[in-house]
Amino acid sequence: MLKLPQIYAENINRWLPELLWFALTTLKIALAAFVLAVLVGLAFALLRTSRFAVLRVLATAYIEIARGLPIVVLLYIVYFVPPQLFPGLNWQWFTGFTGAVVGLGLHGGAILAEVFRAGIEALHKGQREAAMSLGMTPTQSMAYIILPQATRIVLPPVANYAIGLLKDTSLCSLIGVNEIMNDAKSIAFADYQPMAVFVLVAAIYFVMSYPLSLAVRVLERRLNVSR
Amino acid sequence: MTPLLRIIDLHKSFGELVVLDGISLDVERGQKVSIIGPSGSGKTTLLRCINYLEKPTSGHIHIDGTLIGEKEVGGRFVHLSDRELAKERAGIGFVFQRFNLFPHLTALGNVTIAPQKVLGLSHDQAEARAREMLQKVGLGHKIDQYPERLSGGQQQRVAIARVLAMQPKLMLFDEATSALDPELIGEVLRVMRQLAEEGSTMVIVTHEIQFAGEVSDWVIFMDHGKIVEQGPPAQVLFDPQQPRTREFLKHIQDR
Ligand SMILES: Nc1ncnc2c1ncn2[C@@H]1O[C@H](COP(=O)(O)OP(=O)(O)O)[C@@H](O)[C@H]1O
Ligand SMILES: [Mg+2]
Repeated sequence: MLKLPQIYAENINRWLPELLWFALTTLKIALAAFVLAVLVGLAFALLRTSRFAVLRVLATAYIEIARGLPIVVLLYIVYFVPPQLFPGLNWQWFTGFTGAVVGLGLHGGAILAEVFRAGIEALHKGQREAAMSLGMTPTQSMAYIILPQATRIVLPPVANYAIGLLKDTSLCSLIGVNEIMNDAKSIAFADYQPMAVFVLVAAIYFVMSYPLSLAVRVLERRLNVSR
Repeated sequence: MTPLLRIIDLHKSFGELVVLDGISLDVERGQKVSIIGPSGSGKTTLLRCINYLEKPTSGHIHIDGTLIGEKEVGGRFVHLSDRELAKERAGIGFVFQRFNLFPHLTALGNVTIAPQKVLGLSHDQAEARAREMLQKVGLGHKIDQYPERLSGGQQQRVAIARVLAMQPKLMLFDEATSALDPELIGEVLRVMRQLAEEGSTMVIVTHEIQFAGEVSDWVIFMDHGKIVEQGPPAQVLFDPQQPRTREFLKHIQDR
């Protein structure tokens, strides 16, 4: 324990640049998965309010299943199952990175669909009625009246999801993606320094997620004060 | 000439509960019709059926001679979807009891958005019109305020400006002053009276008996989803023929 400072002094020049490089991969996965999750979430939230019962049922089923599975299981399914189902196709392009983004994005889509739906339902039905009584179509009322208000409501939970997502990217090491966690494991065991390396990794994760936590806090305070 | 609004044998039930039980009514262009009646008698539902926020169980609505909210398919009437209804609703202004302003938009934004998005005016045209309407309801100095910063009376006047900016053929007022503190009622009634004098066609649900007497050409007393008595205000409000009307008016004056 007391030796930690000395260990860092000797190794940090080697470890840090490498870990930061792979932290970049972590950030890329998180960002791409986040964008995908928002799109999927929005689509399914709208489907859940669809006029057509079939669409509503399908959307609900997707949300319940994707939320109910451990992320690792979802990642394994997304990454390993399609090549097995369609072995004839070319799967070169389907890297661990792509699989990770799709798996996390699909999982996040289910979580955000619920967040978005709650946000939309939080609005009084009078808002939609007022929009429609002015001659807006349902699409216009969604675009100009409902979504802009729902956005404010859902911003804090969405930011919380983003923090969780950043941490969940560490699971992608299990499908062989070379992100920070995977790299940390190889360094840690090659150099026989698990404690020093994982403490360093923890610090890097913290540095990446803390600004988001702060942002959530600021957002929540702002939204509480005005409107 | 056909009346501006024609309601034919309107029925509306929520499950077992019969709320409108055969309402028929004509409203001529420029006419002001007030609807009074006890709470729960179906007044709000009647207004909501006129612009199809509520779908009638049976009966028809015509505006300007055109059937509203339904189309005839193979000899049967089917309700239009909200998308198809949008155009027809744009011509009918609805002022809600609880204002229903858009809280994420300023007063100006609230009044600008529909003319711009629904009527297709340019942003500048829509905004110019919105300014004019806010001026008209006496809120020219509040255009940049968000609804939460406005009093109830001011919010309701913004809501009226929002409706006026659509230049509707017909305006529906659902107890526009019931949610207001007593000292704020006057400013809203003043705006409504001005619109009446300018010749707007208005259907007004209200508990303000004196106001109804002053502005309306025709008064309807509703109870249990039926029109119990109707006629000029001098008759219905001040010399009612039906015992139930008398009872209601006495009750409301005792409050
Ligand atoms: N969406 C609804 N579902 C079920 N019952 C309703 C609904 N809207 C109104 N009602 C009922 O219809 C009756 C008439 O309501 P309403 O039209 O609001 O009357 P008023 O405006 O005259 O007070 C009331 O008994 C009310 O509870
Ligand atoms: Mg009512």
